[in-house]
Amino acid sequence: MLKIYNDGKRITVSLDGDIDHHAAREIRTALDDIIFRSRPELLVLNMENVGFMDSSGIGLILGRMKAMKAVGGDILIKNARSEIADIIKLSGLSSLIVTKTTT
Amino acid sequence: MKKILLNECLLRFPALSRNESLSRSAAASFAMQCDPTVEETAAVKTAVSEAVTNAIVHGYRNSKGNIEMILQLYEGNLLKITIRDRGCGIPDIKAAMEPEFSTAPPEEERSGLGFTVMESFMDKVRVRSSKGKGTAVTLEKTIIGK
Repeated sequence: MLKIYNDGKRITVSLDGDIDHHAAREIRTALDDIIFRSRPELLVLNMENVGFMDSSGIGLILGRMKAMKAVGGDILIKNARSEIADIIKLSGLSSLIVTKTTT
Repeated sequence: MKKILLNECLLRFPALSRNESLSRSAAASFAMQCDPTVEETAAVKTAVSEAVTNAIVHGYRNSKGNIEMILQLYEGNLLKITIRDRGCGIPDIKAAMEPEFSTAPPEEERSGLGFTVMESFMDKVRVRSSKGKGTAVTLEKTIIGK
């Protein structure tokens, strides 16, 4: 489900499949485990292989944003397809989306 | 003039989160006959997913039951999808449709954006609800296609 690339300060997690209310719980547990164990400065969520996301994904991102704040880090989202980016923008979180692939 | 109903399907499934995925796939399959664009299909799937999730998370919060999804196609590529539950009902529909409104406990991390997403992705969203009897959400979209 998750592919993780860790260079110490920055962790990139590649999510896949559908992010809905059903899937969100499991992803949340896995991400929180990474966040509180590794305490990265930056958590990048690579959405390249996420085919679907609804507002449950927004709850998931907001929650991880808080978790990253708690460990003194930030969160970014990259490679979200346009429909998913639309939902993220609708929720006012567009500043989290990386437009150029810098990671 | 009333538009002619061309197709109608009824799907009934238990209100379990594992069935969210099935419900939106079924809606996408039904929409296929309108030859929708990728974006239109995504819009329908997302709106259905929001309505079904609401029925599971809120409608049947303290009870078990079924969700019914009625898929209708009218002439002019008008798609109407009704998601109905027999759950607790919404006491204040207007408040429930406000962005970031949610009655779910914070640990469930509901964004409160379900209706906002439905309204932004569909042409029309209609909600009927009565306390203790359930809720019906009707989503409408005219598919322009490719």
